[in-house]
Amino acid sequence: MERKPGPVGGASLFSMKDREYGDTMPQKCPHIPHVFKVIERMPESLIAIMDALPYLLQGSMVTLVVVVGAMGLGFALGAPLAAGQVYGHPALRRFIAVYVWFFRGIPLLVFLFLFYFGLCTAFDINLSAFAVAIIVLGLISSAYQSQIFRGAILSLPEGQFKAARALGMSDFKAISFIILPQALRLSIPGWSNEYSILLKDSAVTYALGVAEIMARAHFVATRTYQHLPLYFAAGVIFLVLTWVGTKGLRLLEERARIPGYSPKGL
Amino acid sequence: MTEGWLYIQAEVYPALLKGFWVSLQLIAPSALCGLVIGVMVGVLRVYGNRPVMAAANAFVAIFRGIPLVVQLFIWYFGLPHIGIYLSPFVASILGFSLCSGAYHSEYIRGALLSIKRGQMLAAQSLGFSKIRMISSIILPQAIRRALPGCGNEIIYLIKYSSLAYMITCIELTGQGKILASNSFRYTEVFLMIGACYLVMTSVATIILGRVEEHLRIPGFERQRT
Amino acid sequence: MTAPILRIENISKRYGKKDVLKGASFDVLKGDLKILIGPSGAGKSTLLQCINFLVKPDEGRIWLDEQEVHYAHKRDLCAYRQKVGMIFQDFNLFDHLTALENVRIGMVRVKGMGKAEAGERAVMELERVGLREHMQKYPAQLSGGQKQRVSIARALAMDPKVMLLDEPTSALDPELIGEVHAVIRDLGNNGMTMIMATHQIGFASSLASEIVFMEDGRILERGTPDKIFNHAENARTREFCSKITELYGERG
Repeated sequence: MERKPGPVGGASLFSMKDREYGDTMPQKCPHIPHVFKVIERMPESLIAIMDALPYLLQGSMVTLVVVVGAMGLGFALGAPLAAGQVYGHPALRRFIAVYVWFFRGIPLLVFLFLFYFGLCTAFDINLSAFAVAIIVLGLISSAYQSQIFRGAILSLPEGQFKAARALGMSDFKAISFIILPQALRLSIPGWSNEYSILLKDSAVTYALGVAEIMARAHFVATRTYQHLPLYFAAGVIFLVLTWVGTKGLRLLEERARIPGYSPKGL
Repeated sequence: MTEGWLYIQAEVYPALLKGFWVSLQLIAPSALCGLVIGVMVGVLRVYGNRPVMAAANAFVAIFRGIPLVVQLFIWYFGLPHIGIYLSPFVASILGFSLCSGAYHSEYIRGALLSIKRGQMLAAQSLGFSKIRMISSIILPQAIRRALPGCGNEIIYLIKYSSLAYMITCIELTGQGKILASNSFRYTEVFLMIGACYLVMTSVATIILGRVEEHLRIPGFERQRT
Repeated sequence: MTAPILRIENISKRYGKKDVLKGASFDVLKGDLKILIGPSGAGKSTLLQCINFLVKPDEGRIWLDEQEVHYAHKRDLCAYRQKVGMIFQDFNLFDHLTALENVRIGMVRVKGMGKAEAGERAVMELERVGLREHMQKYPAQLSGGQKQRVSIARALAMDPKVMLLDEPTSALDPELIGEVHAVIRDLGNNGMTMIMATHQIGFASSLASEIVFMEDGRILERGTPDKIFNHAENARTREFCSKITELYGERG
């Protein structure tokens, strides 16, 4: 069973299908009433953007789901990886170092192709492009996030671990209840950076046909021949999403802040 | 097994070698232009007058905020809209240079701001003009401080060079895609492609480490204020 | 030889609402060693930086060799600064250059000398401050006293007509002060014109041709070391001198 490269079918919101677009996007703006003659005389590019906007914004929902999913997966894997790399057995540390090296050394696009067209087919796993996108971005992000947490853990004063042990906590408990809660607070700036990287990287999943912002912009562009305005619109949506996300994480950072708490550096 | 070997020898090897060269031809000039742009923009962001500073900041915000894929699409598919036609290769280099330049400028800017004021006072007291002071006192120090960050950026560039495939510039990833589509050996081919990139990023990391070591000045990196 | 080599008139500087300098004027004759003393915050450092226009004075005029300095004109300013050497309290050696390169770079980049020629001169200047064997070291590898001597060599290499020294020894450990003082004394004996701010009363009184006492942005009193330290007219001068003598040891 071979998959066809390029856009494939799937759930309506999350993948590209020719048919759907016809539903959401009316032909040549017949919905604009005659009173707004001015608007009708607007440059075609603006009209193209206006018309495609709802469709693109739907795509931004897809993008956000991919990004949030990947961040969650990256976190779930990255936090234990970081703890393992700092406190683990030398063999485990070496394994994690290789894992990080592997996922940070190969381009996202290659991973996407490898997983979607390669591994999924070879092992006969039936995953949508959307799911593969989240998994691949999540795996790569786990390598980066583990390094963010690792830096944060290393910046904590050594006494914290000792004090937890002195209370009779096991290493696992000390890491989960004492070290990680502090390290995670310190990781928020790095996290906000990771969010904006994932957001931008998510545009690459277009190569698998995930119906995110970029894919939709390109889709409309090839049909209306308004490439420049549509990519421009896509770029602006990304800028807005970056801005909103980093603002949100800054708020989180403020809420999570413990009065007077600032371990050395970071 | 032997069939696999034959396939690798006859098809994979020459194709990947070709793709590898194209990738290098994309990466090398983009890295260089990116650094030059980064240094110039970084300097303007710190020492420029107000409008220049604002323009440089806007440049960085835009080129760091918009995904590289979108930028590449704008250069390749978008520019024809206003009558400018670029080849995929040129569009890729343009996109890579501008985007990585914007990132480099962040590190350069941070490094410039970390240089102590006394260094500038001393240069001025010797009669250095502003341009001479920046080029022979400030920048040599700032570049050393920015090197780790800029090095990382070059590693990123190596990986992101694969996006050139998306605007039909057939480099390493593109060659792999063609090979795999013809032979349906996606897993093997993309593992090999991945290995190529791993080699490139690892070698680049080692080289950058050497450069850092070579430029290292005793006691300089530690004394940040 | 009666015309002053450097003449400053009515230099004033304001930071926000605070008047840091309120019209300082004096003449410096060739070969003079003028020493500025006064409590910290008196404006000594600002005055020295104003003379070199590292801080732009709000008012006032400066003449070097009877030529007025127009600091708004960039080329004139750079040319003027070459003729006025500056020594900083915290050395400000260029951190990325060796001692030799620190001394050489001004000659190469500002004066446009060839590297070889400038290098020879740099070695000579380093020899003069007794650091020939340390010329390949980076600033971080030198002691404070050595750094300050390199910075003096760096200034001397530009053939300055006047040297400004802004508390050159106050960032040094006590046992390192002597080596820097020896270099400055040597300069004075060779006829270098210098203006120096310092708290080292003993050194000042033994070498100065004139002591200038500053307080609160103003020059309160000036005169020979003997006059200032032993027969000061102003009560504030006397008070300051007795305090500083206690702190920094015997004069003479």
